[in-house]
Amino acid sequence: MQDKPKSLFEKVWEAHEVGKLSDGRSQLFIGTHLIHEVTSPQAFGMLRDLNLPVRYPQRTFATVDHIVPTDESHEPYSDGLADAMIKELRKNCKENDITFFDTDTGKQGIVHIIGPEQGITQPGMTIACGDSHTSTHGAFGAIAFGIGTSQVRDVLATQTLAMSKLKVRRINVDGELAPGVYAKDVVLHIIRTLGVNGGIGYAYEFGGEVFDNFTQEERMTVCNMSIEGGARCGYVNPDETTFEYLKGRNYAPTNWDEAVEKWRGLRSDPDCEYDDVVNIRGEDILPTVTWGITPGQAVFIDQSIPHPSELPEKDRATAEEALEHMALEPGKPIIGTPIDVAFLGSCTNGRLSDLQEAARYLKGRKVAKSVKAIVVPGSQVVAQIAEQQGLDKIFTEAGFEWRGAGCSMCLAMNPDKLVGNQLCASSSNRNFKGRQGSISGRTMLMSPLMVIAAAVTGEISDAREVFEIGRTAA
Amino acid sequence: MALEKITEVVGTGVPVMGDDIDTDRIIPARFMKCVTFDGLGEFAFFDVRFNEADGSPKDHPLNEERFAKASILVSGENFGCGSSREHAPQSLYRYGFRGILAQSFAEIFFGNSITLGMPCMTLPRKDLDEIAATLKADATTEIRLDVPNRKVFVGEKEYDAQIPETAREGLIEGRWDPIAELLESSEQVDQVAGSLHYV
Repeated sequence: MQDKPKSLFEKVWEAHEVGKLSDGRSQLFIGTHLIHEVTSPQAFGMLRDLNLPVRYPQRTFATVDHIVPTDESHEPYSDGLADAMIKELRKNCKENDITFFDTDTGKQGIVHIIGPEQGITQPGMTIACGDSHTSTHGAFGAIAFGIGTSQVRDVLATQTLAMSKLKVRRINVDGELAPGVYAKDVVLHIIRTLGVNGGIGYAYEFGGEVFDNFTQEERMTVCNMSIEGGARCGYVNPDETTFEYLKGRNYAPTNWDEAVEKWRGLRSDPDCEYDDVVNIRGEDILPTVTWGITPGQAVFIDQSIPHPSELPEKDRATAEEALEHMALEPGKPIIGTPIDVAFLGSCTNGRLSDLQEAARYLKGRKVAKSVKAIVVPGSQVVAQIAEQQGLDKIFTEAGFEWRGAGCSMCLAMNPDKLVGNQLCASSSNRNFKGRQGSISGRTMLMSPLMVIAAAVTGEISDAREVFEIGRTAA
Repeated sequence: MALEKITEVVGTGVPVMGDDIDTDRIIPARFMKCVTFDGLGEFAFFDVRFNEADGSPKDHPLNEERFAKASILVSGENFGCGSSREHAPQSLYRYGFRGILAQSFAEIFFGNSITLGMPCMTLPRKDLDEIAATLKADATTEIRLDVPNRKVFVGEKEYDAQIPETAREGLIEGRWDPIAELLESSEQVDQVAGSLHYV
């Protein structure tokens, strides 16, 4: 008798399940543990208190990203606290034989960018990291969880986590995206459709023609923001695009053909049963911009800022709070909203392809005088390749500041912060109050191309019009 | 490593109502520049409690003297959404909270809180609104979270609450921090590792 058809999530889960714990949860083996400077020092402290060693140091990889300054490279950094945290991680890695992509290695960067870039992230793995955007690695058909610091301690000490199994929601995006519509628009649309808490209890499996046609990097952008939809993780079934991306990378398997053969079997069975299925048409998605203080408060670029009274009753209070914070007028088109800052970067959209696409359209144009614009490559490798390709020149000639690698103004733990109530067109993932470093600062999330369009016009704009995309046929 | 069995939390409460209260709001990112969680308590909800310019207190329930001793936080939907930072529940715990009532919780926040031994229970919105009104009328009202029976008692009133079975089990059996149990199965862990194609 044939086994019951299974989803990729179930397959990976079962392969990694050590056993059941007394409270009913599973003990799950974590194949790859990624750590960084903000959520690991306390865990190493707990480990020392318990007198425990790191169980699988060879399966643990470290980098610095959250607090690293992007405009100075000499240590000690001017922020003493940041300097101390980096030194703490350096010490912890050295003492425990953990591979550390330090600032002098040429490989440092945002943890969710360097995992894939180095080929550490692979299909069928379980991955954990003390950062909610660990869901990014699901783009490779890995099951990847963001965890808290006590769990970082658990993984360091045992290479396992206590986890409850999730339900799986399949999200099909079929059809085709119109020119000028990107992965970021797809995920913002999914979040606003299903809600910021719609994914609680679920893993999101993304599929359909749009995902089949996506590049590996575009898949990462969508999986990255699964957490903004409330899902604990998101993933895409690995395919030739995935294998092609990984081929030849530093940590890619050396027994390549054998590995690919195994990976081919790592996908959801065609007739497996999902706990829920959602169907979305790619054609229905337009460039999307957030107007509020949660990533679900978003509209298409041709829409107006909603009146709270038009929204479902449960969303009204947060909408009113959002409008007050954002100082936006309901009923007014989102297009034309003046911006002060443009930020291109983050684990959502700080990859090489994001910079290439942005530079392609930015070339020969100028950032509006009223706008401060920064571009922060997601990793030193991204920066290096971009510089080889001359992208840095395109950005700086346009008026962008070209920075070093890190998380930067996404969460503003380094000196890159909004000032006062500045409004930022941002390629990052969160528009929470205070997220970009000023409690009165305002964030609008959008695709890299929409950030570029806002930067050059000085206001929220339809990138398709600004750059005449998809208009030639008309 | 025997842990305390957490069957009930008794104290007074403070309503911090609203939906989608994210972890950046609970503990702003700049306070995460620390190598231990000690001292995070004073920064709970910092930016919504204090004015940026002069540090003077804003109009916020946590700044009201009558709620100063509250150990149970009452909120709305999707509490603790956003980042996985354990700094958020750590700051609430160190502030003095021992239990949270909300309409729903973001999962990572929920898990982090249970691992600290801080029960998070869910109730329907109308019950939470009623509890908030009761607290506003009389901040000395006693609240009791009854974890085994999934009940919340507020003064004379009794409410049905929810908590996932795994969390309930862990709290009442004193196994809310799983580290001891995870350490027990070292051999099986190596076996699973050995069976994986990539380890």
